[in-house]
Amino acid sequence: MRVQFVLQEIWIGLRRNMTMTISLVITVAIAMALFGTGLLLRQQVDASKSYWYDKIEVSVFLCTKTSSNPSCQKQDVTDQQRQTLKATLDKMPQVSHVEYENKQQAYERFKDRFSGSPGFVESTREGDIPDSFRVKLKNPEEYKAVAQAMLQPGVDTVINEQEILKRFFRILNGLQVAALTIALIQVIAAVMLVGNTVRLSAFNRRRETGIMRLVGASNTYIQMPFILEGAIAGLIGGLFASILLVFSKKLLVDRLAGDVQLVSQLGWGKVIAVIIVSISFGVLLCAASSFLTLRRYLKI
Amino acid sequence: MIHFDNVTKVYPSQNRPALQHVNVAIEKGEFLFLVGPSGSGKSTFLRLVLKEERPSQGHVHVAGKDLSKLSNWKVPHLRRRIGCVFQDFRLLPNKNVFENVAFALEVIGKPRRFIGKVVPEVIDLVGLEGKAHRMPDELSGGEQQRVAIARAFVNRPMILLADEPTGNIDPATSIGIMKVLDRINRTGTTVVMATHDAAIVDAFRKRVVELEDGRIVRDQSRGVYGQAY
Repeated sequence: MRVQFVLQEIWIGLRRNMTMTISLVITVAIAMALFGTGLLLRQQVDASKSYWYDKIEVSVFLCTKTSSNPSCQKQDVTDQQRQTLKATLDKMPQVSHVEYENKQQAYERFKDRFSGSPGFVESTREGDIPDSFRVKLKNPEEYKAVAQAMLQPGVDTVINEQEILKRFFRILNGLQVAALTIALIQVIAAVMLVGNTVRLSAFNRRRETGIMRLVGASNTYIQMPFILEGAIAGLIGGLFASILLVFSKKLLVDRLAGDVQLVSQLGWGKVIAVIIVSISFGVLLCAASSFLTLRRYLKI
Repeated sequence: MIHFDNVTKVYPSQNRPALQHVNVAIEKGEFLFLVGPSGSGKSTFLRLVLKEERPSQGHVHVAGKDLSKLSNWKVPHLRRRIGCVFQDFRLLPNKNVFENVAFALEVIGKPRRFIGKVVPEVIDLVGLEGKAHRMPDELSGGEQQRVAIARAFVNRPMILLADEPTGNIDPATSIGIMKVLDRINRTGTTVVMATHDAAIVDAFRKRVVELEDGRIVRDQSRGVYGQAY
């Protein structure tokens, strides 16, 4: 009896305010889709960061006859300089691991990494890539200390791989901030729309609620149809949002990941988790804002 | 059953109190007419019994409970024991007679079987046999008020409050409404009826409490409406 009564009241309420309900559903769908996209990007950034931070190194290239750095004086690095540099690096607390890579190893690695573009490999000869120390840091942020310490004779250039990644992360972060900002604006719009819808509903049903009050229906019982009305609109909006999120994963996150050859792709498990979070957030948001509006427009 | 203990009510927007130092005791099973001109405080009196308003001073006791000590979430339970009838009937236009009466039980969560048994009994009690499936706009004013009384009484309240129940009804039909209220009173329900209708008060000879400018100016058993009006 109760369930049927409540469901009937909700249906009447939603149908009476059809246009309001539709605009509410659309707003919630967009808000939740953007919110979810923001979450997905965040996870993508986190996943790629931890993947890359494990792998990035600081490369200390040593002088060769062809170095353009004037401090090299067109001389190959001497064995003594090499020893001093190695000792300095080993002693630094920020450094976790140092590996020496000679010209031949460097060339092998280069061939391996660019095996997909043979033209590129052919135009490069062994010896074009100078000897280097490949330095792994305990914390990639402490790169500056190493760069400072390597201002010594025999060093051509110090390259921090992190710099290259930073640009990519900046783009992802920017997208994420944009998505969350628009989501926030939409959330505010959704809250106000819920308020308006509930106010209209309360006005349309003032006869019923007045009688319910008089015959002693409990507050929960009077408010439930209104709150569920909001929650159902939120749920429908959330379902549309999850469709949008699947598209956003396919079109945005996956494509981005493909473009920059990210090894760590977001799995569908994570997407489903984000969808569940978005739908719950949408439902709670609408239910909570109906509840708050009711306190103003439905006297108990 | 209803006990007003030095009750004063001042609405925030008005200087003049709606009720001033009202003391009255209404016993179980009594039938009481509340008379007086518009604005004399009759409606405020009824609203205080329902705890729709709280007194500015003094205490209202209903069924032995001090309403000022009744927490808000218990107010619905108080209202389940009080039936209400109004001048404007307040029926739901999209529900028929049966559904209108059943509504009062549905919203307090009574089971369907109980509703199916009790509602027809009450419809018969108020004299609407065979009209259970009529819509409100197919009924006369007097019949609509009978539906409203049935709805107020279906949960067998201890108290029935009636605010000008005959205000929109012609005198001949009013007698019928009064007979229904009297029948309800005979089942042991306390009835408080606010009214302007001198003829009815004079004909029934019940207890009369007269309010003027928020004060009780007369409390008389087996009274009449009074000469002043």
